[in-house]
Amino acid sequence: MRNAALPISIRQLSKSYGRVRVLDDVALDIRSGEFLTLLGPSGSGKTTLLMMLAGFVRPDQGIIRFGDADIVRLPPHKRDVGMVFQNYALFPHMDVGANVAFPLRLRNVPRDEAESRVERALELVRLGGFARRRVDQLSGGQRQRVALARAVVFEPRILLMDEPLSALDKQLREHMQIELRQLHERLGMTTVYVTHDQREALTMSDRIAVIDGGRIQQIDAPRSIYERPANRFVAEFIGESTFVPVIAQAGSCAIGPARLRLPDGTPDGAMLMMVRPERLRPLAGPPAADEYTLEGNVAETVYQGDSMLLRVALSGGAIVAVRLGGGARMPHPGDAIRLALRAGDFHLLPSDAA
Amino acid sequence: MTDIAAPNAEGLRRDAAAERFSLFALCLPAVLLVLVTMVAPVAWLFYLSFLDDAGATTLEHYRRMVEQPSYFRTFRTTFEVSVLTTAICVAFGYPLAYFMAQLPRRAANICMIAVMLPFWTSLLVRTYAWLVLLQRRGLINTWGMELGLWDQPIALVHNLTGTLIGMVHIMLPFLVLPVYGSMRAIDRDYLRAAANLGASPTQAFWRVFLPLSVPGLLAGATMVFILCLGFYVTPAVLGGGKVSMVANRIATDIEMFFNWGAASALGVVLFAVTLLLLWGASKLVRLDKFLGGGA
Repeated sequence: MRNAALPISIRQLSKSYGRVRVLDDVALDIRSGEFLTLLGPSGSGKTTLLMMLAGFVRPDQGIIRFGDADIVRLPPHKRDVGMVFQNYALFPHMDVGANVAFPLRLRNVPRDEAESRVERALELVRLGGFARRRVDQLSGGQRQRVALARAVVFEPRILLMDEPLSALDKQLREHMQIELRQLHERLGMTTVYVTHDQREALTMSDRIAVIDGGRIQQIDAPRSIYERPANRFVAEFIGESTFVPVIAQAGSCAIGPARLRLPDGTPDGAMLMMVRPERLRPLAGPPAADEYTLEGNVAETVYQGDSMLLRVALSGGAIVAVRLGGGARMPHPGDAIRLALRAGDFHLLPSDAA
Repeated sequence: MTDIAAPNAEGLRRDAAAERFSLFALCLPAVLLVLVTMVAPVAWLFYLSFLDDAGATTLEHYRRMVEQPSYFRTFRTTFEVSVLTTAICVAFGYPLAYFMAQLPRRAANICMIAVMLPFWTSLLVRTYAWLVLLQRRGLINTWGMELGLWDQPIALVHNLTGTLIGMVHIMLPFLVLPVYGSMRAIDRDYLRAAANLGASPTQAFWRVFLPLSVPGLLAGATMVFILCLGFYVTPAVLGGGKVSMVANRIATDIEMFFNWGAASALGVVLFAVTLLLLWGASKLVRLDKFLGGGA
């Protein structure tokens, strides 16, 4: 069932509804066989972009290439891409087998071959023997898999998924994330996945394109997106973060009494230092060689089961969030606290003033 | 625990009973209304159909219906007219509903008002209006001949044609409403999915849209057909005495022969046939979903 995948190349893609620019001059290259996630809040334009790839929304202008072919004016039924819809869109008047066989019947695949391919596709999503079931007899997770089987049974070289896991409960969702990822590795088709769930994006993707306001804010591997966000929006949207305003001067800056060396080439001036809560740790003894010590007072504590969240007012005025392991001793509000921060664990962003 | 549970349980049980009784009491007016206005007349009709002129019990009316071919002809006409009306309503109404379902909401609502407009005019007025339009020297024949489309007046009325035109006009909203409703309820994603999987717009219509709209179509067609069975005014006025349906026969029995028994027997048979059809249709689709019934 493995098939040659196609790269997708997007240039100058724009779309406005009235005076609202949903997509603003988007350029994006999706590599052949890649699992790329479009991540953004609702209204960011991520779904519109996916709908354009499928052919359901016509852009005002722009080029979309699958491989070498510009398909931007091709109607949806001629694009030959698989798609998993948010609510699955399984045809209620057909049983599971007929749903999965639907694209094969339209392609005039001989009956015998179609039957064996349907069965293989259902086995692929671990629903072997479900062909005669009615759609309304299936659980949410099973419907999800049938929709997936239907989207891949005709061996498209591109697979689109529109928040396919959003209707499932948390446990099933996390399970399906792993399963979808494994399926992608087996089938190898270029996959474009839309979600607003940053954890899902981090778990599944080869690369993530963070979209906001109709523009791609950053496109990078999950780790880079998390550790080196390009701007404040990305930093806030992905994971938890706190920002400490600092003034860079001759390659270093001060937070209270501590003086932190900044990466080479940092220009002087006002900057924002992004710190992830889990990268700060309370310090009992002296810091390690590569650690700085920040001093402050505990302002607030929240118990969250697997972890604890502290808000610490640093000397110097900034407030940072600190995440502690669930087994750690819970400090009291008002306690003085020293925090260790490794040199590589902060990231500088241009100041908000702009 | 058990010491306090016993007296408490008794009180709770009485509360539950009181609640059931008050709920029943709230339903009572509705139940009475149905009994007095619906069940009692039918029972009375049923009773009358077994009485002869002298008031003695008899099966005479039913026997005559089986033996006299004219009764059979009346029933046959009734079914023919109803089937034809339903078929024509489907042929016009389905495309109309489809067209409306494609329109934006606002435009569709305006169309819906146009469809419903005749609904709010008296049936009798509409029927006589058709008579004016369709008769020998009516608007349609006059214009048709003036434009040279045909030379002789066409017999558009006082026959089956006139009856069908009138009945289709009256029945169309009954078909369009449920069909339109079921079409609007079809999730657009089904059609998108069909297109995505390779279906051309025509294929998507036949393989996905049409099958999904069939329940609404069956509901509408059933409703039209059953309403047609009891039609009286339209065949009487536009059929010109040539189209005798069961309702017309009932009227004749009463007006001309003052034969309540025979008329009641016809009513009972029509009622039974209608019930049978509704039951059959409900096996095919869940009618209550479209006729506004419970969950």
